[in-house]
Amino acid sequence: MARYQYEPFDYVTPPELTGQAGTRAPVIIVGAGPIGLGAAVDLATHGIASVVVDDNNVVSVGSRAICWAKRSLEIFDRLGIGDRMLEKGVTWKLGRVFRGDQEVYNFDLLPDDGHKFPAFINLQQYYVEQYLVERCADFPDLIDLRFKNRVQSVGQDETGVWADIETPDGSYRLDGDFLLACDGANSRLRRQFGLDFGGRYFEERFLIADVEMQADFPSERWFWFTPTFHPGQSALLHKQPDNIYRIDLQLGPDADPEEEKKPENVIPRIEKVVGGRPFKLDWVSVYSFNCRRIDRFVHDRVIFIGDSAHVVSPFGARGGNGGMHDVDNLCWKLAYIINGTSDASLLDSYDAERVHGADENIRNSSWTSRFMSPEPGIEMAFRNAVLSLAVDTPFARRMVNAGRLSVPCQLDSSELNSHDSDEFDVAMQTGMVCLDAPVRHTDGRDDWLMRQIGGGFCLLATGGATIDPATLPDGITVIEIGSGRDGSLEDTEGLVAARYGRGVHLIRPDQHLAARWAAPTPGDITSALARCARIAA
Amino acid sequence: MTLNTEFNLGTQSDSLFNELLDAHQGLSSDQSSQMNAAMILLLMNHIGDPAVIRDAIARARAALDA
Repeated sequence: MARYQYEPFDYVTPPELTGQAGTRAPVIIVGAGPIGLGAAVDLATHGIASVVVDDNNVVSVGSRAICWAKRSLEIFDRLGIGDRMLEKGVTWKLGRVFRGDQEVYNFDLLPDDGHKFPAFINLQQYYVEQYLVERCADFPDLIDLRFKNRVQSVGQDETGVWADIETPDGSYRLDGDFLLACDGANSRLRRQFGLDFGGRYFEERFLIADVEMQADFPSERWFWFTPTFHPGQSALLHKQPDNIYRIDLQLGPDADPEEEKKPENVIPRIEKVVGGRPFKLDWVSVYSFNCRRIDRFVHDRVIFIGDSAHVVSPFGARGGNGGMHDVDNLCWKLAYIINGTSDASLLDSYDAERVHGADENIRNSSWTSRFMSPEPGIEMAFRNAVLSLAVDTPFARRMVNAGRLSVPCQLDSSELNSHDSDEFDVAMQTGMVCLDAPVRHTDGRDDWLMRQIGGGFCLLATGGATIDPATLPDGITVIEIGSGRDGSLEDTEGLVAARYGRGVHLIRPDQHLAARWAAPTPGDITSALARCARIAA
Repeated sequence: MTLNTEFNLGTQSDSLFNELLDAHQGLSSDQSSQMNAAMILLLMNHIGDPAVIRDAIARARAALDA
């Protein structure tokens, strides 16, 4: 399998610099990483046009974000690249934790069947960006990708937002209604706005290396505390497509990044990990990390999203996945505001829900960091006690914290929810992202529940419940599963009824459950929809 | 449930107290520290109730200043 070939994207002189009239962009997106590109595609699925500007003209150099969680894959599926990612990526769901060379614990991240997507795939960020760029081309009238367009500064007033942009052909001003700052962990826009990036810096340094080798490591996540091949530190191994392996080695706080990056220092370390197999170095980096976020993500017409708004340590795969949760949460709200359906106050819920999500990610990744590199003394004593007890006491295995991997955020306290008035004794809870399940169309075609919902608001009847379409508000899709009526879907394995119970569910465009009833009145549905979508008066 | 601070060890209390001390005999300070950590984790898991455990942490911390 050939290694990834970087193909630069074409720079095209923007219309503003060729004497044509510049257009006002409903949304200006700064940054063409997975988050910026994902937002452009998501907005396009709602019919909202955007201009994406990026100072570079290639995809991510180095694999960077590689672990894509089930929820992100469902979002990517909604955006149209889920199958492609699944096909190329390395599917995994099992993690193993070793102390020294002995396995102390393994965990299955998706123990139950009946979901389209696995717990995780590993796929290099450059593939994800390439697939998204190619997907953008399906929306030529809605997505305007501009590479080698560097934003110098942005400004806003009551009427709009603008970006001053530098290109190889000179500078121009781009006007718009909203601007998404997707410019990453070192966000220039965050600095320009003078936003306090509060949180914690961790001194521990890590070596990250992608190596190409022929090996028979299984598709699992392997984590070592104090392995014999790297004494006193921790190590992590992930398998990626194209025979690329990701190796993370903890180096301690005193390591010199420039020295550690040199091949003559990296290669002996990797040789010990891979036990004498021949390999080639593909990418090396030395990093330390921060767990931080800005106070508010929405600053009038300028909205921070992804790493520009919050950063975490990499050990829970909560950076790229957390950013995709932001995309999922924000884009429908922005689209509904721009097309006049929703009041602008709907954006407050992006702030509330994603600050909640970012805090959960920061908390989890900080706890993992503390477990991996405890302070000397009593912290080390407790950490080591957990590892020792884990050998033969099941409870301690669950306490071993080698990364709590990204799971969907629970929005149970969101103000967009309507509280349950009927009882449901099932796994689904209001505020959760929907659980997938297999379904069958009337023509006999097998499909998945998650592919039927999302994009717009949907009313989902499950477990034999029915919905009378005549009494519904406009713009809401109706799906019946297991009612047996004309046009309903079959609950192929009974998992829809098992996971949702019998009832009617109001599903948000981002596939979260906003409200549910055993048998709603039309008024119940209208008021829950108005509450969730902040319907404009 | 709340943390039980009434006497709960029956006739074995003096014996258990001494068995605990005996178990630390001959350990270095670091080893003792790790053994205590393991004891606390085992008992914490056995108790299981977050409110009881949080109350115990708070009382133990407060006892430092007594």
